Amino acid sequence: MLNNDIRQSLLLFKPTMAELDNNQSGDTRRDFLKKSSLFTALSLTPLTVLKAAEGKVDERFAELFEKIPLNLKVNNKPYVLKVEPRATLLDLLREQLHLTGTKKGCDHGQCGACTVHVDGKRVNSCLSLAVMNEGKSITTIEGLAKGDELHPMQAAFIKHDGFQCGYCTPGQIMSAVACVREGHANSKEEIREYMSGNICRCGAYPNIVDAIQEVKEKGTAI
Amino acid sequence: MNFFVDENDRVDGIDKVTGKAKYFAEYQLPGLTYGVLVTSSITKGKITGIDTKAAKNAPGVLDVLSHLNKPVAPGYEQAGGSPMKIFYTDEIFFNGQPIALVVADSFERATYAASLVKVSYEKSAFNTDFVKSINNPSAKKLQGQPPYVRGTADAYKTAEVKIEQIYTMPIETHNPMELHGIIADWRTNDQVTVYAKTQGVKAAQATIANVFKIPQENIQVKSEFVGGGFGMALKTWPVEIATVMASKHLKRPVKLVITRDQMFTMVGNRPSAYQKVGLGATKDGKITGITHTAFGQTSVYENFTEGVVNMTKFMYDSDNVNTNYYVVPLDLSVPIWMRGPGEATGAFALESAIDEMAHALDMDPLEFRMKNDPEQDPQKKLPFSSKNIKEAYKLGSAKVGWSNRKNKPGSITEGAWQIGYGVSIGVFNASRGRATVKGILKADGTLVLQSATSDIGPGTGTGMVLIASKLMNIPVEKISFELGDSSLPPAPSQGGSTTLSTVGTAVNDVCVSLKSTIAELAANANMSTTANFVEVLKKNNLPMIEVTKQSQANQQGKEYSMYSFSIHFVQVKVHKLTGVVKVSKIVSVGDSGKIISPKTARSQMVGGAVGGIGMALTEEALLDNRYGKYVNNNFADYHVPVHADVPEIDVIFIDKPDYIVNPMGAKGMGEIALIGFAGAVANAVFNATGKRIRSLPITPDKVLEA
Repeated sequence: MLNNDIRQSLLLFKPTMAELDNNQSGDTRRDFLKKSSLFTALSLTPLTVLKAAEGKVDERFAELFEKIPLNLKVNNKPYVLKVEPRATLLDLLREQLHLTGTKKGCDHGQCGACTVHVDGKRVNSCLSLAVMNEGKSITTIEGLAKGDELHPMQAAFIKHDGFQCGYCTPGQIMSAVACVREGHANSKEEIREYMSGNICRCGAYPNIVDAIQEVKEKGTAI
Repeated sequence: MNFFVDENDRVDGIDKVTGKAKYFAEYQLPGLTYGVLVTSSITKGKITGIDTKAAKNAPGVLDVLSHLNKPVAPGYEQAGGSPMKIFYTDEIFFNGQPIALVVADSFERATYAASLVKVSYEKSAFNTDFVKSINNPSAKKLQGQPPYVRGTADAYKTAEVKIEQIYTMPIETHNPMELHGIIADWRTNDQVTVYAKTQGVKAAQATIANVFKIPQENIQVKSEFVGGGFGMALKTWPVEIATVMASKHLKRPVKLVITRDQMFTMVGNRPSAYQKVGLGATKDGKITGITHTAFGQTSVYENFTEGVVNMTKFMYDSDNVNTNYYVVPLDLSVPIWMRGPGEATGAFALESAIDEMAHALDMDPLEFRMKNDPEQDPQKKLPFSSKNIKEAYKLGSAKVGWSNRKNKPGSITEGAWQIGYGVSIGVFNASRGRATVKGILKADGTLVLQSATSDIGPGTGTGMVLIASKLMNIPVEKISFELGDSSLPPAPSQGGSTTLSTVGTAVNDVCVSLKSTIAELAANANMSTTANFVEVLKKNNLPMIEVTKQSQANQQGKEYSMYSFSIHFVQVKVHKLTGVVKVSKIVSVGDSGKIISPKTARSQMVGGAVGGIGMALTEEALLDNRYGKYVNNNFADYHVPVHADVPEIDVIFIDKPDYIVNPMGAKGMGEIALIGFAGAVANAVFNATGKRIRSLPITPDKVLEA
């Protein structure tokens, strides 16, 4: 019932596209957020807060609504966070959690440098908004080794020199682990196909394929 | 002196596979702010106004910088000159030119605020059409290199057999995986630390010093890990200067990471090329004349030239050779050297023409090449310091299965695929420069080496540690090599395949000096001259000894012609119905002296071949000349090779020391790994199909239409 009210009030005051364009109305996304959050607040918040907003004591107030609560686990560590809805999982990891092993290469899901595991599946973290990961468990390259003991895939990458500059490497390794777990590492051809979302501009591909094949053939549970 | 080869892993391997390696954008500084660029949406003209009101009012925004409120950069006060002085002009030279920088307290807020900046322009007519400009006699062309003539110019025209063809190449982009950018942090009003993505920390330091007119020692440039460069990080770009300005102005650290589409316009490219090669030979296969005329593209605001016709002057024995090289200024951003630079461009044309001539003579192209292989450098009239081309041809051809090749094109078919073989040679200057290395030998048994060189991926530290390990007889794990910091002893930028030779020689000299000091100390302490250095230092009550050595470029260049060589053999499969070309076998032979670090050296050759696949088959930055804009400025549309494009690659090293070049006997190989590769692919496609594709990349449409 309450939800319905909120929806109604939002619909009533939903700005048109023209209003959203600040050329036309001088409004910004911020103003829109203020408006919409104001009406959300209308249904949810005590009168005092509402008055503060009306009285232009709104800078910090509006910011409250730019931050969305988020609970997730990263490398088995639980985090209780507040994040901007437009922050990607990649930027959350790098800029807020300082887990910079996950790399930014394109922000368009075209290069694979940002590959992480979300609930065990490989995902381009640049294509996932942070808030979409509520309750999920993320594994990044920092969470792959067991203490000082390298993950077999990390060790194989070193042995086969599966990198040069090292920038695509965390993404390649996360993708490689998933590739083996998925059962897509049965031949060089298959590995090449299922690893083609991870670009390496230094051209370490043959070495990466050798590393993955070795891990697969050893049959160690990864 | 003799070096043993050693299969050692990269010294920074663990950092790279665990995510611990820190690249420039990954330094956490208190109060860090984020810069996002606003770029021009027109191709040529003037900025008439920038409305920043909405952007400045957006949450978290600290300021919006542009030419209207530029912070002071004393080195930019004088008008004109190159390079482009960001925020010191209202002129637009190319589409996507950076014109304002929005700084906010988060990346998301800066990105949003940048979208609110409104720019108005006065547009002018522009020209970005390279091929049209070449064919237009009134379009401006500048001489890129003095004309070269040996013997008679255009002698090929009167030869018994002649070839005259035009070869073209589009713009390629370096696109290393790491996006470009910088973090600038002014500690005081005249002291700044920058975390950069650069191939030269000393060069970056000098550039910043010139712009801000502060002493070089007040600028610290840190760049320990670089996520690939391929040439694009040989320069401190205008957007980096803009970030350093913003940090000074705001008194806050500012981080800029550009977007992938901005990688196409802000940090250079390999320019497109249009080349005409005339080749003349006798009926029995002796070259009598080579004429190579090349055009490259440059920008209107800054000039760029490279060695497109260099290789033609000495690679083959011919009494008559003449070359010309011109550049065409266009309303595009300025190019910069890309791996193998101009030589890779030139090699595609020359090596295609050589193959065309072999076919015209009905000769095996290997036999034709060997028949015209010069005993000494015909340009410099000097002996080669070392050259093992014939051995390289022999080893590589055996490995790739050259004997299966048929001289008549289109002879081998496997189902829907036609099979062909191709070969090409690559060559690059094996010069060395000046570098300083400091060595600290400690009584705890460790050796620390320091030099302000870089590692963009080849494994600089690994190579240097191996050189020292062999000389000092210290295990690699006891040696560390510090690089990527401008406060270390000076070294040149990492480019032109010179790092191992240049910095390695200084490492060599430091080690030789440390050994002799230890021997003296041992003698003073009445110890055996072969005593372990730890014992010697302890006996002398010394916690450590330090040596700093500067190694100069050697003088042998006056007596010898010094080059590294590569031979690339490929087998391709061309699909009869679709025209798809797959490179199915690769054998790259490196003739670059003694191999110091076999594992990383092999990887470098493999990487060059992969880059060569891109150059040959997929890479093309496409412009819409009506708008002066790139239309495929992302990784989905600009195709760099992926896993599925790359077969197994065999690398063979001749591995013979060349002590004329340096005391390690090792020559560079970063460039030769790529140079010539595209020609080998084009030649293989011809051998498979009988279709000669003279325009890179060799896409299926071209194969079908040929």
